[in-house]
Amino acid sequence: MLGKLSWSVIPFSQPLPLYAMGVVGLAILAVLGIITRKGWWPYLWREWLTSVDHKRIGVMYLILALIMLLRGYSDAIMMRSQQAIAVGGAQGYLPPDHYNQIFSSHGTIMIFFVAMPFVIGLMNFVVPLQLGVRDVAFPVLNSVSFWLSASGALLINVSLVIGNFARTGWMGYPPLSELAFSPDQGVDYYLWVLQISGIGTLFAGINMVTTILKLRAPGMTYFRMPVFCWSALTSSILIVVAFPILTATFAMLLLDRYLGMHFFTNNAGGNMMMYVNLFWAWGHPEVYILILPAFGVFSEVIATFSRKPLFSYRSMVLALLAICVLSFMVWLHHFFTMGASADVNAFFGIMSMIIGVPTGVKVFNWLFTLFRGRIVFTTPVLYSIGFMVTFVIGGMTGILLAVPPVDFVLHNSVFLVAHFHNVIIGGVLFGAFAGYNYWFPKAFGFTLDERWGKASFWCWLVGFYLAFMPLYVLGMMGMTRRLQHIADPSWRPLLLVAELGAIVIFLAILCMAAQLYVSIRTRASRRDLTGDPWNGRTLEWATSSPPPAYNFAVMPRVATIDAFWEMKRRGLTAIEPAYEPIEMPRNSPIGFIIAFFAVITGFSLIWQIWWLVILGLLAILLTVLVFGWSENRQLEIAAGDVARLERVRLGLGRPA
Amino acid sequence: MTSATIDAVPAELVRGRGGGGPAPTRTVVAYGFWIFIVSDITMFSALFAAYAVLSGRTAGGPTAGELVNLPHVFIETMCLLLSSYAAGLGALSAERWRQDRFLIFSVFTFLLGAVFLFIEISDFAAMMKVGAGPSRSAFLSAYWALVGAHGAHVTSGLVWLIYMMAQVVAKGLRPHVLRRLLCFSLFWHALDIIWVGVLTVVYLMGVP
Repeated sequence: MLGKLSWSVIPFSQPLPLYAMGVVGLAILAVLGIITRKGWWPYLWREWLTSVDHKRIGVMYLILALIMLLRGYSDAIMMRSQQAIAVGGAQGYLPPDHYNQIFSSHGTIMIFFVAMPFVIGLMNFVVPLQLGVRDVAFPVLNSVSFWLSASGALLINVSLVIGNFARTGWMGYPPLSELAFSPDQGVDYYLWVLQISGIGTLFAGINMVTTILKLRAPGMTYFRMPVFCWSALTSSILIVVAFPILTATFAMLLLDRYLGMHFFTNNAGGNMMMYVNLFWAWGHPEVYILILPAFGVFSEVIATFSRKPLFSYRSMVLALLAICVLSFMVWLHHFFTMGASADVNAFFGIMSMIIGVPTGVKVFNWLFTLFRGRIVFTTPVLYSIGFMVTFVIGGMTGILLAVPPVDFVLHNSVFLVAHFHNVIIGGVLFGAFAGYNYWFPKAFGFTLDERWGKASFWCWLVGFYLAFMPLYVLGMMGMTRRLQHIADPSWRPLLLVAELGAIVIFLAILCMAAQLYVSIRTRASRRDLTGDPWNGRTLEWATSSPPPAYNFAVMPRVATIDAFWEMKRRGLTAIEPAYEPIEMPRNSPIGFIIAFFAVITGFSLIWQIWWLVILGLLAILLTVLVFGWSENRQLEIAAGDVARLERVRLGLGRPA
Repeated sequence: MTSATIDAVPAELVRGRGGGGPAPTRTVVAYGFWIFIVSDITMFSALFAAYAVLSGRTAGGPTAGELVNLPHVFIETMCLLLSSYAAGLGALSAERWRQDRFLIFSVFTFLLGAVFLFIEISDFAAMMKVGAGPSRSAFLSAYWALVGAHGAHVTSGLVWLIYMMAQVVAKGLRPHVLRRLLCFSLFWHALDIIWVGVLTVVYLMGVP
């Protein structure tokens, strides 16, 4: 009846995750209680849960990312503390089985539920505004995408209490992840969570590509698009052609585990290195899926706050496209030690160095944009400059690892751990935070506090260097990754420095929370009434903050790059245009309903409750069929209503 | 600066490639579905890669040459191609608002697809009977997954076709129904492309 589910799967013997979940559960209950008491449910349901507005969905993605960042960080500090304590005779406080789950969930959460939602959320919020249009191509699908990601995030947290998470690392390499060596549900959680959220990500990518290529304001030719849109386009193309590889690979591993097939097993002809190849055929493009939008953010931030057009727009775009193509030709550098011939390794080593070239082009373009600019040192600029220094260091250690003989020495050491944290924190996360600070006033109509923002930046920067520079040294001293116990006491001083770094990063997160709190408290004095708080260059600043549901009452016409800057330069003055009726998509509960059943289906697949699997899938099918029958999905706002809304919004006084 | 001023950029400045403003809904929907098909083909390419790697790893079990019934594969291929042809005729009829013709061609599309699926399933059943199930060897795992994934797509296509026929009967050939039909035909033709790949890689190259 309940498949493999029983009371014994709840880890009563390990109090730590139970306490953690108890606290989280109480917090959730408290929040739900407050919402119920204040009677906010109708508002939440109408304005957020069923919203198909790309701006609302973008904000919800960011909230998901920030919440999961806390979870991912608590995994990180637990690992750092274990390694700082468990040296020599001491065993620390985390038993190996638990420790293995923590490093696996840390990686999985940080990549799939922090970095990905952050990046997709920013694209969702910003791209239609920058293109001067009213929504993405498929607004309801957009809502489905978000809620499927949220389903994955929910299920991965369920694994804390019901059963275990994978102990196989975030890559889930077989044969360890095969049924023979991981017989419990940990790997199934990992696989189904990522399948569900992966479908959401794929839909988001399809949506974004279609939006950028087919929905742009009149006059917005390809070479007039803001660079952030180009970065979103390249990143989304990579999503469309990389995520299906992951889906297929995980499907094969699932077939191995559920139906006894032999894709990656030791016996009956299976080939486990095929998993590793397929995984990284997705995994390397994934790195660029994350970093390209961050490059886009820095391009916008640096141009805006240098008060200059971006240096060499075309080479910036070409570099993005070059990276997009080359990212599929370097995957083997993740496992030079596989045993491929020297020629193969040399090819991938050289390709890995070549892909550094377009990135170098971009760094120089940013520097030349700053050169002789009137730079305003706001928080997003600090993140951008911190990124440039940090990312170049991370890139250089990457070039080191691209040399196969060097890689043979450093493979699977903490040198590698330091390298990819260097590019992901210094690149993706700094980009995400720069974008968060930069576009927050557009989303909510008031700016974020600069003092707390800068404090947070400095803590992130210093914390990062303290936490990860020691790992480069430790890697060269021979320390391998994922150690639950440290045998060599001479590594301890550096591990303590790394622990200190993790604590400084905690301060950075606290500063971010304080920044948000202080900004909300003092929002009356930091309102953005112009819609253009930074003297921006692109179209998102041409509408009010926050923008109306339809973004632009009259679709802008674009004549140049930096369209809004050009409009300001020409000194166009406010006139009252002839408003026309606007068609907007209706709210839809489809995304929420599908995600609800996806959680049920995923959970019952993990625990092999087959009748519930069938019910869940039928419910999803039925939802899709009902939605597929509907036709009147648009809501027309009459011209008179638009005019009235605009007059109120622009403060032009009462309707005539 | 407000959005009210934006329209004031002179219209003659609005030119260049791709500057024509948002595309019509029909284009957007079809284009988005194309992108989905690209992603689906990428998923199949991973299954093809797995098949290419594992096709020789029979672990002492049956090989492709021993299992495949080429006459069956020929009939399957013909069914699928003719089904696509019928779907094409159906799409043309729909574009001309010939609802009765569309329904007749759709019935042919469905029947030919169903025959394909029937032969495939009976071949799978025969393989199970001789102990050539998917867990016998890595080769058979890859074979079942690749051919089975295509079969699963055909199955969902048939369900979709019935659903679309019902919509046409209930609502007529209205613009939004036509858009969905366009997506269906793209899907159905894409399955042919994948089948040509399966035919080549699995059957023609696999059988001596």
